[in-house]
Amino acid sequence: MEKLKLVVVGNGMVGHRYIEELVDSGLSKNYQIIVFCEEPRVAYDRVHLSSYFSHHTASELSLVKDGYYEANGIQVYIGERITHINRKAKRLYSDAGRELDYEKLVLATGSYPWVPPIKGNQSKDSFVYRTIEDLKEIENCAKRSKSGAVVGGGLLGLEAAGALKALGVETHVIEFAPVLMAEQLDQQGGLQLRRKIEKIGVKVHTSKNTLEVLTEGDTARNTMVFADGSKLEVDFVVYSTGIRPQDKIAKEAELDIASRGGIAINDNCQTNDPDIYAIGECASWNERFYGLVAPGYKMAQVACAHLLGKNQRFEGADMSAKLKLLGVNVGSIGDANGKSEDCKSYVYQNDDEEVYKRLIVSKDGRELLGAVLVGDTSDYGNLLQLYLNKIALPEHPDSLILPSHAGGEKPQMGADALPDTAVICSCFDVTKGDISQAVADGFTSVAQIKSHTKAGTGCGGCLPLIGQVLNAELEKSGITVNNHICEHFDYSRQELFHLVRVGEITTFEQMIKRHGRGYGCEVCKPAIGSILASCWGEHVLAPQHVSLQDTNDNFLGNMQKDGTYSVIPRMAGGEVTAKALGVLAQVAEDYKLYTKITGAQRVGLFGAQKDDLPTIWGRLTDAGFETGHAYAKALRMAKTCVGSTWCRFGVQDSVGLGSRLENRYKGIRTPHKMKFGVSGCTRECAEAQGKDIGIIATDAGWNLFVGGNGGMKPRHGDLLASDLDEATLIRYIDCFMMFYIRTADKLQRTSVWLENLDGGVDYLRKVIVDDQLGINQQLLSTIEELIANYHCEWTTTISTPASLDRFAHFINSDQRDDNVQFVSEREQHRPARFDEKFPSPKGDILHVELEYEA
Amino acid sequence: MSFVSVCHIDKIFPGTGVCALIKGKQVALFRPSDNAEVFALDNMDPFAKSNVLSRGLICEHNKQLWIASPLKKQRFNLETGDCLEDQSVSIKSYPVKITDGTVAVSL
Repeated sequence: MEKLKLVVVGNGMVGHRYIEELVDSGLSKNYQIIVFCEEPRVAYDRVHLSSYFSHHTASELSLVKDGYYEANGIQVYIGERITHINRKAKRLYSDAGRELDYEKLVLATGSYPWVPPIKGNQSKDSFVYRTIEDLKEIENCAKRSKSGAVVGGGLLGLEAAGALKALGVETHVIEFAPVLMAEQLDQQGGLQLRRKIEKIGVKVHTSKNTLEVLTEGDTARNTMVFADGSKLEVDFVVYSTGIRPQDKIAKEAELDIASRGGIAINDNCQTNDPDIYAIGECASWNERFYGLVAPGYKMAQVACAHLLGKNQRFEGADMSAKLKLLGVNVGSIGDANGKSEDCKSYVYQNDDEEVYKRLIVSKDGRELLGAVLVGDTSDYGNLLQLYLNKIALPEHPDSLILPSHAGGEKPQMGADALPDTAVICSCFDVTKGDISQAVADGFTSVAQIKSHTKAGTGCGGCLPLIGQVLNAELEKSGITVNNHICEHFDYSRQELFHLVRVGEITTFEQMIKRHGRGYGCEVCKPAIGSILASCWGEHVLAPQHVSLQDTNDNFLGNMQKDGTYSVIPRMAGGEVTAKALGVLAQVAEDYKLYTKITGAQRVGLFGAQKDDLPTIWGRLTDAGFETGHAYAKALRMAKTCVGSTWCRFGVQDSVGLGSRLENRYKGIRTPHKMKFGVSGCTRECAEAQGKDIGIIATDAGWNLFVGGNGGMKPRHGDLLASDLDEATLIRYIDCFMMFYIRTADKLQRTSVWLENLDGGVDYLRKVIVDDQLGINQQLLSTIEELIANYHCEWTTTISTPASLDRFAHFINSDQRDDNVQFVSEREQHRPARFDEKFPSPKGDILHVELEYEA
Repeated sequence: MSFVSVCHIDKIFPGTGVCALIKGKQVALFRPSDNAEVFALDNMDPFAKSNVLSRGLICEHNKQLWIASPLKKQRFNLETGDCLEDQSVSIKSYPVKITDGTVAVSL
């Protein structure tokens, strides 16, 4: 039997979601599915469009896995637009001249940006902000511009402003209303948001009615003229003043259109033609269209269910939202403006931390009607659940938004309080009951829950809540989360650390005999080696430890892909004398080492053969260099800016402090590598807030930030204490280091450790500043011992001739590894690739297999 | 089967490996403990195509001994050379004989 033809017009987020629903439900087997995609690429994540500028490429934004449509037999016409629907003949016409019959039609044409009728809005410096193509045009224009303005201070306008900021142009936001984001925020919330984004350099102009944009100016290419007579010169203008449903072809086909635009649909997402559905931003339900993605996804679900004959209904959508705009966290729930009759409010405002929170509750104080959160949205998940499920509020609703230090004990709302019907993930409509079921089916980590239920894979805002539900469910079913480091030890790293200290254990053999089983493995051996080093400060190459260390620690260099090692001496604080640099240069020359500045503000020499390492380091240590521990889980460096000794802006000696700190903590083994940064003034040229420990000079001393990271998952450090003198600063860092060493998991950077620490930086402050646990004396004396035990591992190794045998490549020959080969590149050299070493790799295992496959 | 003498077993520190050059071929020798037991495998990591396996960590999984590559931690069975992560990959293993403390390998 011939399959029925189902045509989807539009391949945005909702259109694609509809196709996923068809595939998941098995309907794709009964229908021949044809998709028209007007844009030159298949569906992508429009919600995160502004991240295209900061760190994404167009392909990373794509929502469609490579080959997904092909694999499911779906025909996609890319770059082709449907121009006309003939409902009588059930036929479609495209702008490419294609004619196509359909049995069922789904319109997911989305919306278009609405541009106000301002004179000059068609000039070549005018843009809208909706598609990747729009962004590319803005990007090109920004390259020849110094300043840009966004007309519209709503959600999308601020998104666009974020994009302009990321492009490095002076950014203005022009808003007609007196406050920003008037749809989602109340007046105070809007003001708080304004203060915060002005602080990062965005210029905000409210109550401005733009009359005209003139294509002339003294300092910029255009001049904006406002109704109050004021003017603003900018190079280009982006209009982000709202969207309108894209309902043109529906209108021409005489489908019912809602009075305020949008294709009218019923609860099944059908138009007045039962064979035509409309979903997403182009559709209007009950005289209302939705500009958020979650209601669109719901419509996709309902429309698909209707084809299946299931009775699901679209019954409107909650417009609550949690967003990050220009780096500011903003949350809005329900009646944010407090317009409900007889409602009352609770407000918390903290100008220091720039936080504003407001709850709107019913007259009897039992029900949450709305909320506004600016600067801190950590309560959003809980509040949304209270709101959506109409859960009775505690006696003092304000305790829901007060920070713990303000006396307000946060009531344990917890996942247990939620009914099974509570929607946890609104992007994919996953309820608490769905997650409980998944846990019962054996999916016991957040990652597993995500891939099984799709919860948390949309905007990600519900992830903390998923974690809570997961933990509550696990606890209920008696499953404990296993944090054992491997099959040989039933302990976490923290517990192992404790066992080593208390039992005064000094070797791996003692440890596995007393507390473990079997032989050990590549996970527990180095982890315990590191704990032993952290506890007792012994030379990592002491014979009893050699078999525990990764090759990096064993040969005191970082192994590169070809088996050679890097040679990276310490340059504390980034300082190096000309003379020492001369020796380094000569060594690099003599041993033909590739040379570059590393990411840690020092010079690295690469491509050293193992048997050359002792003589290379002999020459370096003779010149006064020490090992830089680039191979170790230990402090790498303290990055510094030039500071007050030279810089005309510096207020403290950042290089001096950085150098003292680096020398103080060097060599101490930590759960993962550590990086410090010290900046001499608030300009923060050392990027200290992206380091495990970041120190920024103030007029009165030093501010201490902890838990920053610049790597895979960037995180700004949290401020632990301000305006410290150097002695106090060092005492705090001493305690921080030891507390981290004692309590972190293996290979857990301080950023992740801090994120997982119950109570976060507030708790850490109690431990380190207030000594709430009463352990600081102990922490301080332990670290003093470790510091006193420091010795340069390379100096010690070279002075122990017996330990040098291991550096030969062969046990029975003086020859070298002939597989280490270089080719020249940019006046230096790099390791040769396999195909350069063996131009025709006949007989190679992998090569033979490939031939078989062919 | 002809065995080639390589070195005295005391030259291999318990729990570690060394690399030997035998008839022009790089062979990694592993001594898991202070017993007189030594395993021999190809020294080349088949994934990275670099001669590094002798510098890996000896580990135990599924009650068997393996060597974890120092580069990307794939594990190879000390007796068979099979790769734990990818069953389609295997490296050569070689018979080892220890006589009066001298380690000998047959290619």
